[in-house]
Amino acid sequence: MPFRFKPFHLMTPEDYAGIGFRCGLEVHRQLITRTKLFCRCPAGLYSKDYDAEILRHMRPTLSELGEYDGTALMEKKTRKNIYYRVHHGTVCTYEFDDTPPFFMADDALDAAIELALLLRLNLVSELHIARKQYLDGSIPTGFQRTTILGVNGWIPYKGRKIGIRQLGLEEDACREVSDIGHDRVYLTDRLGMPLVEPVTEPDMRTPQEAADVAQIIRKLCRSTGKVRTGIGTVRQDVNVSVKGGTRVEIKGVPQIWRIPRLVYSEARRQCALLYIRDELRRRGITPDSLKHRADEVTRIVAKTRYQPLRAAIGQGLRVKCVVLKGFAGLLNEETQEHTAFAKEFSDRVRVIACLTHLPNMVHSDTASESLYGRDWQKLGRRMSAGPNDALILVWGNEVDTETACQEVVIRAREAATGVPSDTRQALKDGTNGFERVLPGADRMYPDTDLPPLAIPQDRVERIRKRLPEFVWDREARYRAMGLSDEMVETLSLSPRVKLFSRLVDELGTDPTFAAVVTCQRMKAFRRSGLNPELLGDDEVVEVFKAYAHGRLAREGVVKVLRRTLETRTRQPDREVMVADVLQALNAKPLSDEEMAAHVKAAVDRLDDDRFSTLAQRHRHLMGVLMNDLAGRADGGRVAQMVAETLGGHGDCGASVEGRA
Amino acid sequence: MSDKRFQGYRGAGKAVLERCGVGVWSEVDVESSSGRFTGLILPRSETSDDKHVVLKLENGYNVGIAADSISNITEHGRREAHYKIPEKEFPSDPAKPHVTLFGTGGTIASRLDYRTGAVIPAFSPGELYGSVPELADLCNLRTEKLYGVFSENMGPQQYIRLAESIGEEIAKGVDGIVIGHGTDTMHHTSAILTFMVQDSPIPIVMVGSQRSSDRPSSDAAINLINAVKTAAEGDIAEVVVCMFGPTSDQYCLLHRGTRVRKMHSSYRSTFRTIGDIPLAMVDQEKITHLRDDYKRRRSDRSVKINTAFDEMVTILYYYPGMRPDVLDAIVDKGYRGVVIAGTGLGHVNKLVYPALKRAVEKGVHIYMTVQTLWGYVQMYVYETGREIMELGVVPASNMLPEVAYMKLCWALGQTDDRDEVRRIMLTPIADETTEREPYNGYLIYQGAIPEVQEFLRTIKR
Repeated sequence: MPFRFKPFHLMTPEDYAGIGFRCGLEVHRQLITRTKLFCRCPAGLYSKDYDAEILRHMRPTLSELGEYDGTALMEKKTRKNIYYRVHHGTVCTYEFDDTPPFFMADDALDAAIELALLLRLNLVSELHIARKQYLDGSIPTGFQRTTILGVNGWIPYKGRKIGIRQLGLEEDACREVSDIGHDRVYLTDRLGMPLVEPVTEPDMRTPQEAADVAQIIRKLCRSTGKVRTGIGTVRQDVNVSVKGGTRVEIKGVPQIWRIPRLVYSEARRQCALLYIRDELRRRGITPDSLKHRADEVTRIVAKTRYQPLRAAIGQGLRVKCVVLKGFAGLLNEETQEHTAFAKEFSDRVRVIACLTHLPNMVHSDTASESLYGRDWQKLGRRMSAGPNDALILVWGNEVDTETACQEVVIRAREAATGVPSDTRQALKDGTNGFERVLPGADRMYPDTDLPPLAIPQDRVERIRKRLPEFVWDREARYRAMGLSDEMVETLSLSPRVKLFSRLVDELGTDPTFAAVVTCQRMKAFRRSGLNPELLGDDEVVEVFKAYAHGRLAREGVVKVLRRTLETRTRQPDREVMVADVLQALNAKPLSDEEMAAHVKAAVDRLDDDRFSTLAQRHRHLMGVLMNDLAGRADGGRVAQMVAETLGGHGDCGASVEGRA
Repeated sequence: MSDKRFQGYRGAGKAVLERCGVGVWSEVDVESSSGRFTGLILPRSETSDDKHVVLKLENGYNVGIAADSISNITEHGRREAHYKIPEKEFPSDPAKPHVTLFGTGGTIASRLDYRTGAVIPAFSPGELYGSVPELADLCNLRTEKLYGVFSENMGPQQYIRLAESIGEEIAKGVDGIVIGHGTDTMHHTSAILTFMVQDSPIPIVMVGSQRSSDRPSSDAAINLINAVKTAAEGDIAEVVVCMFGPTSDQYCLLHRGTRVRKMHSSYRSTFRTIGDIPLAMVDQEKITHLRDDYKRRRSDRSVKINTAFDEMVTILYYYPGMRPDVLDAIVDKGYRGVVIAGTGLGHVNKLVYPALKRAVEKGVHIYMTVQTLWGYVQMYVYETGREIMELGVVPASNMLPEVAYMKLCWALGQTDDRDEVRRIMLTPIADETTEREPYNGYLIYQGAIPEVQEFLRTIKR
């Protein structure tokens, strides 16, 4: 008896173990490099604007071992016109395969080697560039140049090892603009950007684990400081299978938080497909014994009231009917949440037969929502179908409906086998849809344009010497320092980690204070339109030194940094040194006596009648004083003095701690 | 046999395979100082170093493992790859025209060569039908592989055999001939064939591809389909080159064999008609003629084959400051003909004059063409030109330098008589010199100017 799925939040690890759930990840992540991977186009420039269009058609070719790849043959059936939008600033003749590749970008290779070492992979000693076929047109050459740097590594998770199968270094593909009918349009700006691709073993036991491991990989990549961040710079492919099912790839998940739901949904889909297969077997239907029939029925449904069909016939399109013998009732079987088995057919018809205008089919299991019963009866008689059979109608031009009928039969036959190997697209609602047949190793071909590239041992050793600390070790250390979880996360991925270490280790700065300044304040500067990169680590250290040596109040630290940045951002021609700002601000901390004098003066000026409570008075005084003394006096100390001078009590000690 | 077992491996790489008792196509586990690798040992390209062993991993990727890092290799099976384009018998249809496809090499159809790591051609009708089934809609195809050479290795022997083979096919009654050729020297071959094969009753279509057919975006299939269509159905009974037309996959252009030139080292649309307009556009639907001054297809079987060829001809590409000894050396080596690619309207510097005079006196035939490729030699405009002509240098009108080279080889193969050579050179056979240059013959677009940008923008929108 197949497993009946519970709602997402009620599924337990035992449930997943019971269905033989397996899940692995492929993470594609852009690197920070000067140029693209195999040409000298600038990396990281994006523009939806375009200067030219180029049209291409793709044909499948043989793999190195002489086989055609299944995906390639599928794409061939779609007969797509592929239009590329070209912007002169982001693309050259290389991306269009009108110029052979240049040598691989060194900075990309260095970054990939660094990541390979962090993933504890067995490094290969000579890179062979492969061409991985993509006939969907997402790469104008029809293939992606890709290579792997190492195999068999691991990362720690929950006290066990998650296997890293391999690390790839490859070119990014185009961005799809639209795909309507036989016309597919791509933007080429992203094309050729260097990507690293760590691939895990299917070691994740629940959907949540898949997300957790994706997080670990994200942090590991980011800890190198050599990967791009932000929308579109990272995409996760998630591989899922259950016992009896098959590996299915959910393609291009942009955000990690989406992973659990998508994975749950796919596991559920596979179980549902296995249930359908068993039911077909019970009905005596196997891939070999499957009976079907297809025919044109345009005239029979010519007078239908069903609007999409009427409209199609009105445009002169044809209607074809496929009978699937013994399939009655199954097309409504739920395979994912709010998704019926029929969508598996509709997806194929949409993607492969290019009948992209939805709805693109109706079937006899949804009789009440589409055609009238008498239409179905007429069709049944015409097609010699009985009550146990399912009828599917598709409409379009002659060639496309022909392909559609064939695809319906192919998908039905696969249903009798079980779960087809698909690449599926992640949908917003957590379900997934058919994208293409899952490609295999047969789509690989050695790149005859580039010779193998040996990686000398000294290059590896040079990179090994400056490897960052493992991000999980770094996090543990920060946690031990007493930093909050949020701070640990931000800091461990911050480009200023080295600065943080210097502040804490060399100057003995309080870790929280150091973290607040190096991460949060820097971010705040950026938000307020300043460029924190104009401040060197040495300069920040200099400011903290002044603080450590008592030449600057704690509050003055941020003030000096801000003033320096403001000057540099707004008056780029003026050379301004941190030392100058330090001096100009005169932010030497006040002695207790000086502070007391300021407090007393302020209290004396206070107009008592304006405030009814002590707390109000206290608040007002703090406002006035901190404004005057900003950067020179510790807020806590001032508050204390105000309280003492007002003769008040603890209730008014409004904390200003942390308002550095 | 043992060579095959270690195909391409030398030195340390071969030694480690021998030591471990494994060879090419062994399925193995490799133990190395950087860990364990599992895969299939592949042949190694002979031009690669001798320090690595190449494995194909299960995921299809190839990787190299340093031989000196390998401690052990254990074999657990063998699996030899048979790279073969699926072969299907080419269908025969008596109602369809008969086309013969001559293979000379090049990248129209190719497979991987492990020896060099590059691609080598494969060409049987069955293979072609397996990869380009559209051909069967056009014709009955017979193929004959004359030789498998890259086009830079084509030479007089190949030209002569090709011309003779064409003559034999015409006599047999085929309806069209297609010649698969590497692109680098396709325009040299198209020129010499125009001279060697005259008044053909059927189309003789040269075709190649700029991207090898192992790439999904290759131009091989579209070029081949259009070439076969031209040969089977076309009306132009001349030697033409059929190659990719615009930047996009839209149509091919048919270029007259004497006016065509490869103009870009790697672009698909590299072949351009120079100083004139192409003959026609061809796509899968139709052949669109752009001019009507071409020789029509005939039903008779007569053709003139003249394979005369004298190799002692060279091209001298002039540069400022050229010294006369270059030309002297050529003459002293026994060359009988020199085609000069001169500057501007056809000039060389005064320094070379004595050498020109000496060469002509020694009986060398010297013809002037232009480096600009577009435009005519006109040696009356400047005094320099008149002086050069007085030395005996013959202006070759608007003949392309490579075409002039081929024609001079062909002319000198027939006669040494100065006037007769001149007559042959300056009497056009197929527009190698033309009387008029059309206003739209010379068009080199400059990117970024508004009207060109507008043109480039309008494929779809």
